[in-house]
Amino acid sequence: MAKFLFALFSMLAGGSVLAAGPVFPLEPAQVNISDRASLQRGAGLFMNYCSSCHSAGFMRYSRLAQDLGLTEAQVMENLNFTGAKFGDTIKASMPAGDATTWFGAAPPDLSLTARAKLGGADWIYTYLKSFYVDESRSIGWNNPVLPNASMPHVLWELQGTQRLVTAPIPVGADGRPGHCEKGEVADACLVGFETVEAGILDAEAYDQVARDISNFLQYVAEPAALQRAAYGPWVILFLAFFTFLAWLLKAEYWKDVH
Amino acid sequence: MASVNPGNGKISGIVAGVSNWVTERAPSMGGAYRKHLSEYWAPKNFNIFYFFGSLAMLVLVNQLVTGIWLTMNYKPSAAEAFNSVEYIMRDVEWGWLIRYMHSTGSSAFFIVVYLHMFRALIYGSYQKPRELVWVLGTLIYLVLMAEAFLGYVLPYGQMSYWGAQVITSLFGAIPVVGGALVELIRGDYLISDATLNRFFALHVVALPLVLLLLIALHLAALHEVGSNNPDGVDIKKIKDNNGKPLDGIAFHPYYTVKDIFGAGVFLLLFAFVIFFAPMFGGLFLEYDNFIPANPLVTPEHIKPVWYFTPFYAMLRAIPDKLLGVVVMGAAVMILFAVPWLDRSPVKSYRYRGLLSKLLLALFVVVFIFLGYAGYQPSSQLMTLLAQIATAIYFLFFFTMPFWTRIDSVKPVPARVPEHG
Repeated sequence: MAKFLFALFSMLAGGSVLAAGPVFPLEPAQVNISDRASLQRGAGLFMNYCSSCHSAGFMRYSRLAQDLGLTEAQVMENLNFTGAKFGDTIKASMPAGDATTWFGAAPPDLSLTARAKLGGADWIYTYLKSFYVDESRSIGWNNPVLPNASMPHVLWELQGTQRLVTAPIPVGADGRPGHCEKGEVADACLVGFETVEAGILDAEAYDQVARDISNFLQYVAEPAALQRAAYGPWVILFLAFFTFLAWLLKAEYWKDVH
Repeated sequence: MASVNPGNGKISGIVAGVSNWVTERAPSMGGAYRKHLSEYWAPKNFNIFYFFGSLAMLVLVNQLVTGIWLTMNYKPSAAEAFNSVEYIMRDVEWGWLIRYMHSTGSSAFFIVVYLHMFRALIYGSYQKPRELVWVLGTLIYLVLMAEAFLGYVLPYGQMSYWGAQVITSLFGAIPVVGGALVELIRGDYLISDATLNRFFALHVVALPLVLLLLIALHLAALHEVGSNNPDGVDIKKIKDNNGKPLDGIAFHPYYTVKDIFGAGVFLLLFAFVIFFAPMFGGLFLEYDNFIPANPLVTPEHIKPVWYFTPFYAMLRAIPDKLLGVVVMGAAVMILFAVPWLDRSPVKSYRYRGLLSKLLLALFVVVFIFLGYAGYQPSSQLMTLLAQIATAIYFLFFFTMPFWTRIDSVKPVPARVPEHG
């Protein structure tokens, strides 16, 4: 702690900006948790592509059925691959111990990712779209949104593979390195991606896949958001009416003050 | 208390019956009712700033009630705290609403209290004979800050953990006893299960009791001397034959019905945040706090919740740790001295000169800027600006005896003037 504070204060004294790496610009995912079809597709994609490694340990299958308009049978047959009970939460099928051996760290639980990341669903959406082939990594993939993580591109068959296009970092007027518009990758400015091999889906269809997964994780991060949206307008209407009555009452009483 | 006329209606008959029954057995209760409500003469010219006292009470009740319900499912242990909050958010019936009411309530508390304090500052409500009211109010603010800090640790997310780590370590800056004191507060060498347990005890039992006591004293002190008003007119100087101030009206029913209307407007805004923006863009609930506490991973940018950021900016602006802590503490402590720093013969800024108005405006700008600066990652420019702002903050108070004396004043009328 003392060391940490010392570091904090010395940074303040030196006035340098806190070591925030270049922030990769996020694409708007345009998710909508009231789009039930998208949530259902997202749930299917999540269970098929993500849940073998990632848990959603705060999310129950039963709640999923209730909120996504599915029957118990539909959920248990199509979304539950681990033999978990209907009331259980979604646990990765890969044991955490194996995961640590294989990847160096167990893949994180994704229950709250959409709330914990600045940008929320946009972060997930951009992340899912930004995997590129990187031979220097043992895993073979890299991603500018979360550089050097040990996650492979599990959706590569759908998206296809892409290569990073970079440009040298411009030199500013003062001789110091300039600003990269789309962020920095491996000491160069990221320009974009170029397709190496096409996937099963075209770009538009893949965007929808990424959007559905992001939407689903947005919902998983806060299932109560559906309830908030359902009750909110009625509470506001009631309070508006109450406040109007209170104003009339006040006006009536205060007639003899002025 | 004279017996109440039963009237004609059935319900009013029952009310009168109960009232008379109580009065016969506890005559002084009627006295308290008259003293604090039906015959508490409040100036008739209260404006919008006078809603925030009763609104603070409303938020307090909200925090107490939702807090009690949260404790029914919250687990104060390092292993379970984070999960139990998510359990409340997902599996407890209406748990999400109770939690959002509590988390939004803490920010609302500070918004309301800051506006309440601002009101006292611009209308000179701390001046004689209300010094005690102000001192008790400042004590409430101090306890409220401690209460909010302790409560913020309970969800045991990353910001809870690291915020607690930084704030408790500040006590370590105290010479000689610092290190031992930090250990005593944490009950461990770092923030841990032991810390969480004691913070829980303090947050749900000890400090709420202290708060309630201080609020009772704050109100008792106020009702001894009566309320100030936007014109700073002493309404007790001119009374009618019955001893009722001519510019005073009964708190009940006039201000009770007015405050119900104010509560309605407040609840509209409050509900809007709860139902449509409970995180409030990361200001009321922070992104990093949805990651479970991890002693091995330090977040990139540790910052307190928005209501502490003005003081955090001051702490960061001072390069020396001990001095920073002293300055931060002094920034709150100096508020206690305000009644004796202000030497102006008039209370309200309405009757003060241009100098006082300009300095008040500057103070507000500086305080809001400090709040902004404390929220940003520090940079050389921001540190410099925060240093200047900190200096202005203290100069405002240190020089108050001078500028309040030399500033021109307008004559305060004997009666409350008729203006909007």
